Amino acid sequence: MPTPQSEMSGHNPGADSGARPPLIELRGITKKFGGYTALDGVDLKIGEAEAVGIIGDNGAGKSTLVKVLSGVHRPSSGTMLFRGQKLTLGSPLDARRNGVEMIYQDLALCEDLDVAQNIFLGRELKKNFGPFRVLDRQAMTEAAANDIADMGLDFDVEREVGQLSGGERQMVAVARALQFDPAALLMDEPTAALSAEKIRKLWEMIGRLKQRGVSILLVSHRFTDILNICDRIVVVRAGRIAGEMMPHELPPAQTMAMMTEMMTGDTVGNGAEA
Amino acid sequence: MNVLNSFMNSRIWGRGATALNPGLVLAVVVVFIALSFISPYFLTATNLLNVAKALVIVGIAAVGETLVIIAGGFDLSIGSTMAAAGMLAAYMLDSGFGVAAAFCAAIGLGMSIGATNGVLISYFRINPLIATLAMLAIIRGLAFVISNGREIVITNQTWLNLGTGKLAGIPYIVLILVLVYLAFLLLLPRSTFGRYIYAIGSNARAARLAGISTQRWRLLIYITCGATAALAGLMLAARTGNARPAAAMGFELDVITAVILGGASLKGGRGTLLGTAIGLILLFMINNGLTLAQVPSFWQQVVKGGILLAAVLYDELRRGRVDDG
Ligand SMILES: Nc1ncnc2c1ncn2[C@@H]1O[C@H](COP(=O)(O)OP(=O)(O)OP(=O)(O)O)[C@@H](O)[C@H]1O
Ligand SMILES: [Mg+2]
Repeated sequence: MPTPQSEMSGHNPGADSGARPPLIELRGITKKFGGYTALDGVDLKIGEAEAVGIIGDNGAGKSTLVKVLSGVHRPSSGTMLFRGQKLTLGSPLDARRNGVEMIYQDLALCEDLDVAQNIFLGRELKKNFGPFRVLDRQAMTEAAANDIADMGLDFDVEREVGQLSGGERQMVAVARALQFDPAALLMDEPTAALSAEKIRKLWEMIGRLKQRGVSILLVSHRFTDILNICDRIVVVRAGRIAGEMMPHELPPAQTMAMMTEMMTGDTVGNGAEA
Repeated sequence: MNVLNSFMNSRIWGRGATALNPGLVLAVVVVFIALSFISPYFLTATNLLNVAKALVIVGIAAVGETLVIIAGGFDLSIGSTMAAAGMLAAYMLDSGFGVAAAFCAAIGLGMSIGATNGVLISYFRINPLIATLAMLAIIRGLAFVISNGREIVITNQTWLNLGTGKLAGIPYIVLILVLVYLAFLLLLPRSTFGRYIYAIGSNARAARLAGISTQRWRLLIYITCGATAALAGLMLAARTGNARPAAAMGFELDVITAVILGGASLKGGRGTLLGTAIGLILLFMINNGLTLAQVPSFWQQVVKGGILLAAVLYDELRRGRVDDG
């Protein structure tokens, strides 16, 4: 049953101020590396089941932003809210415990371990063996095989990741992120190393995740990735949010022109800039 | 050729990071057959038992070193740890402590040395070669300082018995070696400890991002290595009947050679205890063969160094092939 409140606040789905708080909200996040300010007072909201695209020039601070969200970096100042609750992430494990999964730019897989071992790395399933808790290798292998089959793929989960193709590795990283039903999936340049066909497969998968209610944050250099997947586009420039746009409300050509303008700063994209 | 190929590619060698190198097994068989032809004395029970006894002490220390190397680390301080552990136990027995207390203290000392290595490497990010090289010198030096360079003759019968006694014809020390290997062979594939050793050696950053506390696990791995070194030191003293500050000098060469020969990769992520065991057998058979052929012991040292180089070179070449493929 819709409440009057939620009907009134229709102007921006990402910044919905109604009954449901956004899944993740950043308020004034600043990240300094020594004297260098990589992020400077970033405000960002990611709604439930929303797909947000982050674009920006090299060195703009995109990776730093997702690393703050995934618990790799602690912000120098600012707050992070998770479902309206204040949250401090001390480590990637904290983020995972809160349902935030991350796929890193280099995938962060162990090449000498097999697919199943990578999928369950750090969250191994255990069983009782006499008085001991031991790894349940069979359960992990079976679950991993199911994951891979669910993704419409066909390869042996007992193969070493080092022997897989780039696309297969990407899928292992995705399978690992999805294994524990995340609320949000963060991806940093997931298509950088993929062929056109693999990219389409990944887009399809991200589409299915969105339908399942998973929030997506996608960092990409490719406009096509962003336009295909995202409900909202956030442009980062020199550690600040330079502007936002809704790609589905504008013709693609115009969205691209706006994105380029905001990235390079030729035109001021958003009056909020100080 | 076909038979050889299917032998080399068979799945009985295991898969991935824990696969055994069939070439190694082949080498053991070849050396074994060659030696039994070269020397009539080789295949006698006495000789084989001597080989086993010589192998045991290096073998126990090699357990910890294998884990350290699979995890992408290195430990040069095992020889010194062995000497220090033997001396501590001997001192404590001389001061009226019981043998159990003395042994526990010696193992505890090994663990403390391992913990120091682990803290230096894992928390202070000192290169493992340098950290453990420094520990090698420090511990050895302290052993000389404290003992004034004097050896202690072991009079405790229980301890001596471990070095000479037998159970059903098998020396106690061989049984202890087998028990240690069995324990770790059971532990590694079934525990997060074993799993994380491989993960950390393979990609420490990935392990950390997966939520594994790589620093704490590394610490634990070096502590384990210190413990097995200390146990090896106790066994060495039991065999020689004394504890000397100069004991086990240069043992790290044998230990590391056996581990690398057994297929553990210096880059981490790969290796097995079973491989190390087979590497030990190969190394000690070659040593034994050289002794039987009356090659002077200085030359044996040269050969050992050559074997280590060959093993590392082989690892490098094999990796190159995998990377290119
Ligand atoms: N750990 C770090 N220590 C010091 N400086 C850093 C660190 N990480 C990032 N930076 C700096 O912060 C700035 C933003 O880096 P970031 O990786 O977030 O950029 P990016 O937008 O992801 O760029 P790219 O498109 O090249 O991936 C860069 O100038 C970078 O040099
Ligand atoms: Mg980046």
